[in-house]
Parts: sequence; structure tokens; C-alpha cells
Amino acid sequence: MNKIFEVPLYPYARHADQDAAAPVRRKVVVIGAGPIGLAAAIDLAQAGTEVVVLDDNDKVSFGSRAICFAKRPLEILDRLGCGQPMVDKGVQWNVGKVFFDDRQVYDFNLLPEEGHKRPAFINLQQYYFEEYLVNRVRELQEQGAPIEIRGRNKVSAIGTHPSHVTLEVDTPEGPYNLEADWLIACDGAGSPTRQMLGLDFVGRVFEDNFLIADVIMEADFPTERWFWFDPPFNKGQSALLHKQPDGVWRIDLQLGWDIDKEREKRPENVIPRLQAMLGEDVKFELEWVSIYTFQCRRMEQFRHGRVLFAGDAAHQVSPFGARGANSGLQDTDNLCWKLQLVMDGKAPESLLDSYDVERIHGADENILNSSRSTDFITPKSEMSRVLRDAVLDLSEQYEFARPLVNSGRLSVPCTYDGSPLNSADALNGPERTRPGSSCPDVPLGDGFLLDELGDKFTLLTIDADAPDEIEESGIKVTRLALSIKDDKTLALKDRYLGSAESGVYLIRPDQHVAARRPSFDENPFRHAIRRAIGKE
Amino acid sequence: MIEDQLILTANLERADDFYADLLAAHEDLSKADSDALNARLVLVLANHIGKRAILKQALAAAALKTGEDSA
Repeated sequence: MNKIFEVPLYPYARHADQDAAAPVRRKVVVIGAGPIGLAAAIDLAQAGTEVVVLDDNDKVSFGSRAICFAKRPLEILDRLGCGQPMVDKGVQWNVGKVFFDDRQVYDFNLLPEEGHKRPAFINLQQYYFEEYLVNRVRELQEQGAPIEIRGRNKVSAIGTHPSHVTLEVDTPEGPYNLEADWLIACDGAGSPTRQMLGLDFVGRVFEDNFLIADVIMEADFPTERWFWFDPPFNKGQSALLHKQPDGVWRIDLQLGWDIDKEREKRPENVIPRLQAMLGEDVKFELEWVSIYTFQCRRMEQFRHGRVLFAGDAAHQVSPFGARGANSGLQDTDNLCWKLQLVMDGKAPESLLDSYDVERIHGADENILNSSRSTDFITPKSEMSRVLRDAVLDLSEQYEFARPLVNSGRLSVPCTYDGSPLNSADALNGPERTRPGSSCPDVPLGDGFLLDELGDKFTLLTIDADAPDEIEESGIKVTRLALSIKDDKTLALKDRYLGSAESGVYLIRPDQHVAARRPSFDENPFRHAIRRAIGKE
Repeated sequence: MIEDQLILTANLERADDFYADLLAAHEDLSKADSDALNARLVLVLANHIGKRAILKQALAAAALKTGEDSA
């Protein structure tokens, strides 16, 4: 049986651009058909922008790779029209167990907050994730959206100019030249684009190797996350067991630094390790094995003129906390509406500099959190190991030590505090919805708030008057009028008003709060709209 | 505020008894077990204090960096 990751989903096909006498100019070219590149392309195509995705391959991700998708990215996928198949297929879990040495020290239930359409996160193999994004691309194509994926189109040279970017593209039938008004580089951690442009990628390399295996087993392990510190089957190291769809389990085994990678990857070396971990009588089949070393680092700037970097191409983190793909999706969520406004002539090009400010803030937060997890999992000195083990020993008996156990801090949306697009907070409202925050979901009868917000500027009024629409600098802002009575669970009140009687929120197309006030005052809101599009 | 201020004047009840208890806890332990005990003790006490401002002052005091700004 062919696995989905063995089937060419976007096989090479000759394009008319390859036979053009002069290089054809496209609006936006995206390099890389991974999760981030596809999300960027779908976002732009939904808004009617012509976008071409170039990928040097023709298949989805080989092996599971990114497997944990958090709530905010799932909400972004809803906006992109493909959240549902992900959630339908994905595995949800709430219970985690922590083991130290030969014993379980404690377990926990995440008890996710009620009143959100999407779960705290799902486990789903990257190949399914990409397949569903490709399905969405096909659906948009059928509706006539100007989006295409060109498989086995490898960019071999890039030229940057003030008004456009030139590309040399290799194909199985030879090279051709292409131009783009804008280029989005989503070509992964090793980003050839970054290298071709000679750009920096600074940070910290962790001297460690991890063996990642997908195993298929018919075993009655519960749907839980199990994390081992220093287990008997992997002495001095760590291990993780996580469930994915289709009876596939993801196992991460820390191997240490000084190892022979090729040797460790051989089934005759991998299988005994896994057998020792899973138990002697558990039958399993190995689907995929990989070894990787990670880095925590980022580019100094994500925007370089008309070239914009997103996802792993721009920043890399350790895998603990699932902050890779999840943060990449927040990159394009942040970028695409800005790029759209700039292309439409409604916002100055400098709006794109706020992509740098906001997403570098996000990347730094992710790097900080994932570096701390790594330092806990892999102590770097004798004393840091003593302290780590002290935390684990205490956690078995005392609840106070459990928050110190760090096997990954799950990706949560970044709040763009201090962003130049925010207006000063003028509502005495909850902290979690201050300007810069991503809007938390709220149940509204049969539906949810975020589905109502969509992907345009919105004026959310809660028990406050305002015009149904205001237009400022060519931006139409439509009102969404709600009352705390619309939500019997009081989540709307708790999350958006707190002790305030009423509130008016200006919400950006990426569902982040730009401004909030107790009531609609025309001038401050006009000012806030101009500010949110980089005009003030 | 006074509750955000690390106490660096004598504050122990029966200081000699406490010190003897501390030594007794380490008696007959290997170096590794003593280190582990000290680490657990630091964590237990830190949790009891709780306040980050005080803990930062304590870290600075323990490093013999008195007089440094501890905000």
C-alpha cells in the first residue's frame, strides 16, 4: 500500500511560463509547499491575489515530523477554510504522565478552558496536514482562484530589485526565469533562499541528537502524552510517546551528542530500543525513523525588501512545546493581510516592517520557551542536572514542584505588546484581550465568535452603539454587534468586558485586537484604523 | 515595601539548633546525596517564599553580590 507521503500530490507539469519569450511577472511567488507556504498561498488566494507556489519536491512531508497543532493555528485554518478535516482526523488528548527513572512521578489533566470551538491542540501527522492544505488549494482552483503549485520547480538563483524579484527555476525539463512582485520564502530550516541571499541565521545550536520514530502498533496504550526523564531503557536521556491518528505512535528518544547517526537509524539498532521502551510483548511496525539535531535561532530581520521569510526559514526552535509549525502559521497569518493591503495600494510598504516587529517578538518568545525546556530536559552542567532531578523527585510527593517540570511549554498565541499598530488601551477590560492580543473564542449560541470575525477589519461592539460600517483610508470596517446576553456562559463578558459595562473593539484581519474603548468614539477609532495599517 | 525586602539581619529562631539540624540532615550522606538534598531544600524554601523579587535578592546575596539592584 502506498502511504500518502509516497504519492506525488503535485507532480511536475510544464507551464506556459516556461515557454514565454520574456520572464513572466507574477504577483506573489511562494517558495516551499510545506505547511507554512501552503497556508500563505491559500490566505492570499482567498483574497483574490495571484499566487504561485514553487516546490523542489512533489510530495507531502516524508514521515510525521510536526505532529502537534495548537488551538490558535487551528483557528487560523478555519479562516483558511480547512480547519475541520484537520480536527476530524486529529487525535485529542488531555492527560499527560511524567516518568522519572523507573517510576511515574505524577500525571496531569490539561482541563482546557470551555467555550472555544477548537481544542487546546490536536496530534496530526504533518503529511495529513499538508494533504488537507493541498485539498484546499484544489478546491480554490475549482472555484477559479488564481493559485497554483508547481512541483519539482527548484529555485536556483534569486535577484532582488526595488520593484520586484527575479527567479531562476530548475525543472526536470530545464531551467526558466520568472519574476514576482513579492516573494515569500517558506523553504524550511535549511532555507536555500536565505543562503542564496547570503543572510544571517544566528543563535544557539544544541549539542544533542534525537531519534524520532513513527511506529504502528495495536496496543492499548491510552491516548495520553508520556514523557520520561532518565528512563531505564534510555539511561541519562529522555523519551516521549505521543499518539497520532491511524494507530501510529510517535516516539522521540534523546540520544546524546557523540553518536553515529547512520548506525543509530538502522532498524536493527532502533527496534531493540523501542522494544525495551514499549515492553517485550508489544508488536509494532516501524513506519519512519529520522535523527535530528535542533537549533534555537532566528534571522535578524524577516523582511528583506520584497523578500519575506516565514516559518522555519526565518526562525527555528527546539521541538519541545510544538512551537515550529504553530508559530509559522502565525507568521503568515500576520503577513498576508498586510501584504494584501500593500499590493492593493491601501497601506504603505512600511506596514510590512510591522511583520518584522510582531513576528520577531513571537519568535523570541518561542526561542526563550523552547530553550528553557531544552535546558530542563538536557541539563548542561552537573549542578543543573542535580537541580532538575531535585524538581522531579519533589514532584512525586509535592504538588508545588510540578509547575517546574518542563518537558515543553505548549505554544500559545503571541500577544503583540508594544506593536506600532496598537492603539493605547482605553478600556478597563481583561488583560487577555488588551491591544495586541489574539481574540479568544467565545460561544455564540450555535456558533462561535471567531467564525463571525472572519478575515476583515471588524468593529466588535458589546452592549455599545456604533455605525454598521465605517470607511477610513479605503478600509471598510464592518460592525459585529453583540450583547453579553448573546452568551449565556458569560465567556463574552469574562473575556472581553471584565468589570466594564460595554466595550468596542477594533479587530484586525488576523483576529488580533488593534484598539479597544468603552464606547464608539469616531475620531479615536479612525485614528486606530490608520494606525493599524501603518499610516500613523 | 517591606514584604518585598529580603531579610539579611538575624532572623532565625534558635540559630544554633537550626544549624545543627542542617548538619544532621547531611550526616552520612554521600557527596551526590548531599548535593541532591541541598537542591531539594533550596526548591522547598524558594516555594515557601514565592516572591520573585525576594528570590532575586536571595540569589544575589548568596552570590555575595550584596548592594546590587535586585528588581
